[in-house]
Amino acid sequence: MQYEITLRLGYAYAHPVAQARHLLRVQPRTVPGMQRLVAAQLDIEPGQPERAVRTDFFGNIVHSLHFHEDHAEIDLRLLAYVERQSALPVLDVAPTLDRMRDELTRRSELGPDSPLHFLGPSPRIPDFVPFRDFAMAALNPGMSPVEAMRSIGAALSAHMEFDDAATDVDTPPLAAFEAGRGVCQDYSQIMIASLRAIGIPAGYVSGFLRTLPPPGEERLPGADAMHAWVRIWCGNSVGWLEYDPTNAMAVADDHILVGYGRDYADVAPIRGVSRTAGGQTGHHTVDVIPVG
Amino acid sequence: MSAVSREMSEGLPPIVAGYRPLEGIPDEMIGLDGSIRAPWLPLLAHLSALSPAEIAARFGRGDQYLRDAGVYYRHYGKGDVASRDWPLSHVPVILAESEWQALADGLVQRAELLEAVMADIYGENTLLTSGDLPGTLLAANPHWLRPLVGVKPASGHFLHFIAMDLGRGEDGRWWVLGDRTEAPSGAGFALETRVATSRVFAEIYRQSNVHRLAGFFGAFRDMLDWMRTPGTGSVGLLTSGLFNETYYEQAYIARYLGLSLLEGEDLVVEGQDLKVRTIDGLKPISVLWRRLESAWCDPLELDERSRLGTPGLLDAIRAGRVTMANALGAGALETQAFLAFLPRLCERLRGESLAIPNVATWWCGQEAEYQYVRENRHRLVISRANANRLPIELDPQGSTLPEAMTPERWLDEERHALVGQEAVRLSTTPAWKDGVLAPRPMTLRVFLARTPEGWQAMPGGFARVGQTLEPGSIAMRYGSNVADVWIVADKPVPEPSLLRQNGTAFMRKQPGTLPARAADNLFWLGRYVERTEGMLRLLRAYHGRLAESADTEAPLLQRVAELLETYGMDLAQPLPSEVISCIQSAVTSAGKIRDRFSLDGWSALVDLASSAEQIGRQVQPGDDAARAISVLIRKLTGFSGLVHENMYRAMGWRFLTIGQSIERAIGMAGWLSAMIPADAPDGALDLMIEVGDSVMTHRRRYAMAMPESVCDLMVLDSLNPRSILFELERMQSHIELLPGSRRENRLSPLGQALLKLRTDVATMPAEAITPEWLLDLKWRIAGLSDAVTDTYFA
Repeated sequence: MQYEITLRLGYAYAHPVAQARHLLRVQPRTVPGMQRLVAAQLDIEPGQPERAVRTDFFGNIVHSLHFHEDHAEIDLRLLAYVERQSALPVLDVAPTLDRMRDELTRRSELGPDSPLHFLGPSPRIPDFVPFRDFAMAALNPGMSPVEAMRSIGAALSAHMEFDDAATDVDTPPLAAFEAGRGVCQDYSQIMIASLRAIGIPAGYVSGFLRTLPPPGEERLPGADAMHAWVRIWCGNSVGWLEYDPTNAMAVADDHILVGYGRDYADVAPIRGVSRTAGGQTGHHTVDVIPVG
Repeated sequence: MSAVSREMSEGLPPIVAGYRPLEGIPDEMIGLDGSIRAPWLPLLAHLSALSPAEIAARFGRGDQYLRDAGVYYRHYGKGDVASRDWPLSHVPVILAESEWQALADGLVQRAELLEAVMADIYGENTLLTSGDLPGTLLAANPHWLRPLVGVKPASGHFLHFIAMDLGRGEDGRWWVLGDRTEAPSGAGFALETRVATSRVFAEIYRQSNVHRLAGFFGAFRDMLDWMRTPGTGSVGLLTSGLFNETYYEQAYIARYLGLSLLEGEDLVVEGQDLKVRTIDGLKPISVLWRRLESAWCDPLELDERSRLGTPGLLDAIRAGRVTMANALGAGALETQAFLAFLPRLCERLRGESLAIPNVATWWCGQEAEYQYVRENRHRLVISRANANRLPIELDPQGSTLPEAMTPERWLDEERHALVGQEAVRLSTTPAWKDGVLAPRPMTLRVFLARTPEGWQAMPGGFARVGQTLEPGSIAMRYGSNVADVWIVADKPVPEPSLLRQNGTAFMRKQPGTLPARAADNLFWLGRYVERTEGMLRLLRAYHGRLAESADTEAPLLQRVAELLETYGMDLAQPLPSEVISCIQSAVTSAGKIRDRFSLDGWSALVDLASSAEQIGRQVQPGDDAARAISVLIRKLTGFSGLVHENMYRAMGWRFLTIGQSIERAIGMAGWLSAMIPADAPDGALDLMIEVGDSVMTHRRRYAMAMPESVCDLMVLDSLNPRSILFELERMQSHIELLPGSRRENRLSPLGQALLKLRTDVATMPAEAITPEWLLDLKWRIAGLSDAVTDTYFA
């Protein structure tokens, strides 16, 4: 499936900003066997900020922008064409949870996809112990990590209600969990915390979800803005799987990958520092259209 | 080692005669055979010859030095923050040079090893693939910073200045208790402890062949200078700021080494170059001695909550434009778990064993180690693998168990996050207790710096000495004391000084460009000091009149009270708290730029603050207050005098002076506008002349006080240092010398505004001055303050 993706993102400031630096993680990446970035263009208003592109530790594409001139707003527009391959059906040959720990301790390399990065505390998920009971309640003895993922996903679906007014980007996962409300970021970080609490490596995925559903199906929540889901490491033989807890579904070819991280902090679409006093308002819209 | 016989030591006076080391624990002063170690003899002989009163007087000299120098340690207790005096243990720890040299060689080996490990975990990761370092352990290390993986340091080295904590074990050998690779503190404290101790023992210090510390710091500074990119400015010290517990020390060492004290906010990344915001625009800088924790250094790529960092710093580092000493992420090596692996890593990377062992440590993420720790759990200290504090620092009892947890349960639930360590029994050293020497546990903090000739260990450092015999009492937060460490040679030692470098020709260095934030603080220091003086002069006049009439309803007192209220003062208090908080603001501004301040100036300011607080608590309205306020005015004038007599005439001094001038001129315009109107109460003009400190001049020149005579003297007389015109001219002379004061022979907007103001005042006839004109003048002068801020501090 090929998609045309349009993202608009920006801020309007109460007082003009003199100096600002931003890091953007919005451009889909190429992952062999999963998706291919065909073309991308990033336009920036105002004017001509200094720009550079590189990849970060996890292999995500990072645009860095440095605005020197006074500006009262910024507006970013990304146009990208991505070819997404259908995910193969999962063959559950994963070890039981007990045996997975042994597999993990025997691993030594720390490349970007090593599951070892995704086991411990991370900036936005400093403590997952409070999620342990929730996760344990969803488990049965002898479950594989793939079954655990589905079972915890279902439990989370039952516990949470989608509500885009209940939380913001800085809401800690525990607060969203206790309120039982939130958006894709909250669902994802809660699921990651629950999986890590029982020793399953889990990471945060940011990306896009196709806007208009196939005929006869309902439009999915999370399609109006950048979306987030979870990747789960299920042992050496299965490797990484992706799961969308907001929609309680396995990730298939409706999801377009932008970045992998330990939590939101690693892949925030925009991270910026401005020298300014006063507030700002933001805008953020997404269109994901299948093309051919 | 030579030693005196037991008989001789028994012949010594009571301060040593009763000294008994603990059974089975080595002591720094008493050798294993029970005799006094030779390097201690001169000190003991000296102490023995003194009476208790003489000893107390000498110890007092050291304490006095530290108090005068303002050496403090910020102490974070439960819910409160307090600055406590530096807790000097007056008796130094003395080591023979021969023993020290062997120790130093071993520590240099360890420094080389740490550098190699650092290069590997941020580079090729061969230690992971070879299985020498477990991947799960490194991945869980919160100080291993992924954005820095693969980034090679511009200087070729990751580590430049590190510290190690050492203890002497039961077997008499030295053991490394912990490595400090991130941003070790304490080198400045070591220097101050040395100065204080050398004052205590002034009579014998010079003859005692004690190795000096200056050579070590000189070599380190040479290295920092040598790493600079040509064309960049001086080396900076990146501070964690005023609220850090060791800020005092950071400012001290920056001043000692001649480094610019910079906060993250002083720096900006342009393109890929790191620059300093100065009063003369952005200036490049290429070497930073970092005292700010890595995670806080760049909010864009590291901890997003940081308000202390410099956005984009990592871009500059990746591009090799700046050398960080030490490299970001060096804190990864500080975790307890590394102690379990360093012996093996030394074999692996260097093909040799560790010369100085570290405290035996087992990481419970490994099966055999876990079983060992479990079986020996009652004998070992169990703590977090990723903690970077010594277990003995965590708790006075050395226990690290979380609440409601047994060692068994903790190990079962969190084994991968835990280490077991051999419990440390520390050696003892003599401390002064109740008039005699008594053995107390101690650890040593030793510093190592990379110099152009390789790693060097500071010949000294400091020892932390417990208040009690508990090993945990060496943690500073539990009230340990700090002793100097003397490395004593058999023959005279060289006396290097940072001021005289052998072999290099004398060269006058231009003062560095002033960082904008420092200029801002100096300017406000000037304003606060002058505002304090103005408030005090008005208050004194008020209480003086009150002493004469005792009628607070008298019209003149009412008029002064109204003026005082414009400063927010509540006259229910004889010395309103507004005065004290204004002095506090001056202290805070001065504190942010302590590296630019003379010791005397700082002491005078702190003294003023404490006097004001004391007076504020005790003083009675009227005559008592007037006299107490006179004392404060004298102290304040003393401070101003010190500043102007002693401060180097660089840009910083100009900003301070401009701040004072603006504040004084604003005050004068405001007071006059209240005192010269036709309906002003009787005596208003006399009072005005008094607070303007111009009684004698006015009397000589005018028959009686009239609004015209007062305005002539206080506004228009450019020879009167209290007049507005005088202040405007003084400002003008300074502003003309500031950077950017003229562009293509045209005055800057600030210069133009000032010139216009000065002309308007100079051409104003005294008889035409009205209260309204004065009020307008006051606001125009205040506008100059905004113009200075916009031009130089933004």
